[in-house]
Amino acid sequence: MKIQPNLKYASSDEWLLVEGNIATLGISDYAQEQLSDVVYVEMNVSVGDIVKKNSTVGTVESVKAASDVNTPVTGKIIEVNEALSSTPEMVNSDPFGAAWMLKIELSNPEEINDLMDAKAYEKYCGDRSH
Amino acid sequence: MFIPHSTKETEEMLKSIGVKKIEDLFDAVPKEHRFPNLNLPAGVSEMEALGELQEYANSNETVHELACFLGAGAYNHYTPAAVDNLLRRGEFYTAYTPYQPEVSQGTLQAIFEFQSLISNLTGMEVANASHYDGATATAEAGVMAYHNFRGKRSKILFSEAINPQYHDVLCSYLCGYENIQIVSGSNKQDPFAKPDSLIPQIDEDTALVLVQYPDFFGRIFDLTDLAAKVHEHGALLGVIANPTALGLLKTPGEMGADIVVGEGQPLGIPLSFGGPYLGFFATRKEYARKIAGRLVGETVDGKGRKGYVLTLTAREQHIRREKATSNICTNQGLIALAATIYLSLVGKSGFKQVANLCYQKAHYAAEKLSALPGYKLVNSDPFFHEFVLKCPKPVSEINEFLLDQGILGGYDLGKDFPGLKDHMLIACTEMNHREEIDALVECLAEVAHD
Repeated sequence: MKIQPNLKYASSDEWLLVEGNIATLGISDYAQEQLSDVVYVEMNVSVGDIVKKNSTVGTVESVKAASDVNTPVTGKIIEVNEALSSTPEMVNSDPFGAAWMLKIELSNPEEINDLMDAKAYEKYCGDRSH
Repeated sequence: MFIPHSTKETEEMLKSIGVKKIEDLFDAVPKEHRFPNLNLPAGVSEMEALGELQEYANSNETVHELACFLGAGAYNHYTPAAVDNLLRRGEFYTAYTPYQPEVSQGTLQAIFEFQSLISNLTGMEVANASHYDGATATAEAGVMAYHNFRGKRSKILFSEAINPQYHDVLCSYLCGYENIQIVSGSNKQDPFAKPDSLIPQIDEDTALVLVQYPDFFGRIFDLTDLAAKVHEHGALLGVIANPTALGLLKTPGEMGADIVVGEGQPLGIPLSFGGPYLGFFATRKEYARKIAGRLVGETVDGKGRKGYVLTLTAREQHIRREKATSNICTNQGLIALAATIYLSLVGKSGFKQVANLCYQKAHYAAEKLSALPGYKLVNSDPFFHEFVLKCPKPVSEINEFLLDQGILGGYDLGKDFPGLKDHMLIACTEMNHREEIDALVECLAEVAHD
């Protein structure tokens, strides 16, 4: 399992890359491993939508399960990765890179403080695998 | 598979919820109402019961004895005897929905063939394993369109010339949805408005435009322009199609439909007092993940042998739980199989011939009837096997007379459309011999004079 050091993590296994007041969101390597082969990604939001913290923004479906993607932050959607709907397997091959899902303009930047850093997330994942 | 609880398990469950015996769970129902005296007559023997039921059955008049000109959504077609024979094979007849689908290769293959036939017939890329009937398939089209736009488009625009019952079921299915409006393209007083008259009402809030082909009154319109306008506004075009007509006409797919649904009853399913019937649902590949129900696919196994799998159940409850967009978890398996056998038996040219016979007979009848004094053919548009006849008397009165002559008359349109009092919708199929049609013409001439 890979963990990217510069990211923030949510307990529902999304990662956030925060640059200024823009956050990029995806799901973690741990999450894609649990899901196994991803066959479908659907974002339920479009550019311009306002999303609330902990709301569902999309769905990732694998050969094993269908799982929701939640946003751990409140804000406005400014970009959606459209490429994922035709190449969902990128979630398995490059979860922290090409398989980013959304870019969100943060309305409440302090919400970031509620998220785990890489070290805390690594422990969180480790605890769950035992 | 049904797994009953053992006595021990039942005891454990009762104990954990703090109840002594099962009867205690019904404490809320007053004792005197639990086993009320139903005041039923004394039991009869099987022989007596059969006799009594047979007597009831004998008072039915069916299309086997009557000349039938009633359509309006259910049609009296010929079903080759082999359909019923094959259908009643135990392997098909006793099987319910495949819970461990890949074990039921025969069932899956039948569904796959059904899907392929419906796709071909409608000119669409994918068809699902079926729905209950045309009305519920139509409602699912509304549900799919709503979810396709994630509830952001609130309008379903329908033509008044769709089956009024389908409209009612659509409204029932969607009544619990937030901010959905089901908007009429015209008003009840103008049910004959043509599909293109919907165009000015399509906007960016429109999720689905729903028309029927041929429409409820039998008329055929080219939907190409309508489809283009629907797509200009980013909406979806839903077409309710008669499968028999598709044997002869341009497919809705060719005209740009996004969803094609319909009633599969004309495909070898007996009228049987209204059911069980068969809904079909087809769409474009890009919407494959949005459709309710299930899709069966053909594949190869590890040794390269052909096999069938339940490819997609993207919206079903058992995989999506509360995220499901439809409560459909099964399909109309046996009836879909009947339609599959029917289409295979009649074949491509036979099916076309059936459609052509329906068309020709209806046109023969329309020509004769419109020449009768007092009667008038209401529409001048091209039609398939059904047409509207304005009558000199109330339709109910005429139909009573016809029934005495062994003829099941047409549909009384005044029931659904207040403006169409004394208007009869007459359907012809390959089952109507020339003599039957001539008899209908004679009877209608006679009743006009009374």
